[in-house]
Amino acid sequence: MELTGLVFYLIGFLIAGGIYAILCLALNIQWGMGGLFNAGIAGFFAVGAYASAIVTTQASDKHLGGFGLPIPLGLLAAAIVAGAAGWAVAKICVRLKSDYLAMASIGIAEILRLVIVNESWLTNGSLGISGIPRPLDGWVAGRGADVVFLASVWIVVLIVYVLSRRLHDSPWGRTLRAIRDNEQSARAAGKDIEWFKLQTFVIGCAIMGVAGGLSAHYFKFLSPSATEPLLVTFLVWVMLMAGGSGNNRGAVAGALGIWAIWSATEIFTNRLPPEIATRSSYIRMLLIGLLLQFVLQKFRSGLIPERSPPLRFDKE
Amino acid sequence: MSVVLSVAGLTAGYGGLPVIENVTLDVEERSVSVVIGPNGAGKSTLLKSVIALTEIAAGSIRFGSVDITGAETSALVPLGICAVPQSRNVFPSLTVSENLDIGTYASPPRNRMETEQRILSLFPDLRDKLTQPAGELSGGQRQMLAIGRALMSDPKLLLLDEPTAGLSPAYLEKIFDLILDIRATGVTIVMVEQNARQALRIADMAHVLVNGRNFISGTGTKLLANEAVRRSFLGGAE
Amino acid sequence: MIEFINLYFIPALTLGSIYALGAVGISMIFGILRFAHFAHGDVMTVGAYGVLTAVWFIPLHPLLLMPFGAALAVAAALTVDRFFYKPLRKLPTIYTVISSFGVALIFRSLLQIFWGAGNEVYIRGITKPLVLFDTFRIAALHAEAILLTLLIAVALHYFLTRSRTGRAMRAVADEPELAAVAGLDTEKVIRATWIIGASLAAVAGVFAGMDTDVHPNLGWNLLLPMFAAAILGGIGKPMGAIAGGYIIGLAEELSTFNWIGDDALVSPSYKTAVGFVIMVALLIFRPQGLFRGRLL
Repeated sequence: MELTGLVFYLIGFLIAGGIYAILCLALNIQWGMGGLFNAGIAGFFAVGAYASAIVTTQASDKHLGGFGLPIPLGLLAAAIVAGAAGWAVAKICVRLKSDYLAMASIGIAEILRLVIVNESWLTNGSLGISGIPRPLDGWVAGRGADVVFLASVWIVVLIVYVLSRRLHDSPWGRTLRAIRDNEQSARAAGKDIEWFKLQTFVIGCAIMGVAGGLSAHYFKFLSPSATEPLLVTFLVWVMLMAGGSGNNRGAVAGALGIWAIWSATEIFTNRLPPEIATRSSYIRMLLIGLLLQFVLQKFRSGLIPERSPPLRFDKE
Repeated sequence: MSVVLSVAGLTAGYGGLPVIENVTLDVEERSVSVVIGPNGAGKSTLLKSVIALTEIAAGSIRFGSVDITGAETSALVPLGICAVPQSRNVFPSLTVSENLDIGTYASPPRNRMETEQRILSLFPDLRDKLTQPAGELSGGQRQMLAIGRALMSDPKLLLLDEPTAGLSPAYLEKIFDLILDIRATGVTIVMVEQNARQALRIADMAHVLVNGRNFISGTGTKLLANEAVRRSFLGGAE
Repeated sequence: MIEFINLYFIPALTLGSIYALGAVGISMIFGILRFAHFAHGDVMTVGAYGVLTAVWFIPLHPLLLMPFGAALAVAAALTVDRFFYKPLRKLPTIYTVISSFGVALIFRSLLQIFWGAGNEVYIRGITKPLVLFDTFRIAALHAEAILLTLLIAVALHYFLTRSRTGRAMRAVADEPELAAVAGLDTEKVIRATWIIGASLAAVAGVFAGMDTDVHPNLGWNLLLPMFAAAILGGIGKPMGAIAGGYIIGLAEELSTFNWIGDDALVSPSYKTAVGFVIMVALLIFRPQGLFRGRLL
């Protein structure tokens, strides 16, 4: 493979990897810090994607649009809409056991999917939305635009990482971990458990929405069948578990690591004869499923285990 | 008289923290042994350790010649040890008769009909409630049922964790009389109790735990007369 | 009226039967193992494929070959319990939930690898419906599904109230710690739970496969309404789950009837959301369900 080809493959890899890293960081806030099981990641991702697309595209008779707002506002819209959806789910489930939140999150993902597919006035249904802008659209194009996008994605990764770190080390984060580790004691200490969990879930969902928005702007085209939703949800979970839940660096490492494995197996199976190649994607899913079981049993805290931040007694 | 239960140097607790330390006591066959002490002294923890519901850091528990330290909880009934926890001691959605039936699964009594009749005569209140869900019984009736269930397998050793907790004075009397009746059938009883005075009156042997450790042991009569015990536990409070 | 019964009510009962059988397993597993079994839909699919394969080799009606599907589903369930769920039993149950999420994907991938991702059918061609009293047209499938489910419900009730294993299962669901103190063999109860849950799921899977097609996402698509049915009936109350299944099935199918005016009350595209909406309402107002199950 010639060098430039390799470089641009790498850029594509890192863009996707970066988006997954954002999803992982978001999930880490919900699960690693809050102990909340979100099984509907794909739904919040999708709704964020559509929100950003609708807000930034030109007018069209096929779908809601015509606002033509800049991309950062699109991402903000994505965060707000996804966060609102997360708020609705969490508000109902947060006082119940975590299994219920898992069910409800799958449910909301399904509802959102139904809305996206059926409300064509809003989303153009299965046909999708096209013409979604890229950052610096009029200024760079082609491969150069990809490089710009790579930079944009990793700037967002950095922002989310720093935000997560701050949350983790703050009194808020400590309370959250106390709730995660021993809910009864935390409640006895007077903490409003439900409120903390709600905030956690909403923040995580908002960030997942941003990831979705970025994905929409990358592909410039968005449709409900673009990605198999379950795969996205599942991959992110495996990434977080393998990389180190409760741990921001682990989230990013897990995202890149598992994405690398996934992409490598894709290259490998693409070279197989067609009859085996179709089955191979299922074999990959099987192996990832088994990997999750293995990680759950042996490496629950992941490769980079959680490290408690030092208590700082200066002004808080 | 042989020793049915022997606890030696037991240190146990929960979540990595010991609640009882270096506790030792022996229980003789066919006796009523009572464990009393202030709240938080570790009485329940002691009992729970015998049925392996706690983390055991040191020491041993022997049932006859068998070492049961940290054994599998469900393996104890077939050995002849039946316990009645303090709370959540009946299956609420099962009927009274089903609750009693459950008691026979792990260790069927030699003559089931006879055993059931014997227990129903010990607890006549239950006789006309056989088809009622246990969750609908009053506190006192529930306690009776819980003890009845434990007796259905004809155990050698019966462990009772605060059997009179939250019961009306009428039931209190009943329970203490009951314990003597049960002893008369040859069962060894170990009982953790808050009502120190009444417990000591029926105790063959009594053990006082304070702050998770042995404080004093002796016959019921002796401890009733003991100055330290009288001052701490028998000063009017029941 | 006749049209209502033929086109809406009977199919609703059929759907309800499928939901009921699946929800029983979910409710039992919730009650005894105390976790939401996300792979239960895929256990249904495994059962469906088991019978499908049997049909390829033995030219009999799928319902007669049900034992093959049940056997495969039970084997699958016991295997994943032994290797994936059991090692996590002492941990907070959320880990087992996550594991079951993965197991769902594993089952689906295996089915896609060995049987392909396409749609399959049990019986080719169109079967004539039964005609009762010259007015009711009921597909044989509907009659079979509803009758068999009702039979199973009766059998289940007797099993739970009269047999030792059934009572032990109810006891463990009520108070697992007391059950251990009373000497009950929890692992045996757990095995029984998987065997019954998986067998019923297989039956449900076959009916679903006969109703639509047999394809790898068959069970996963039904998971949400089945969870709703289990919650509606009350967690840990298997008979309640059966009632819940029928209620959700009826709600879903009947929601598309034109109760008011000419249009369907709920657009058919959103039919599958009905179960979810009911579940949300339950979680807000009455999480213990109709028959006061446990809240975990």
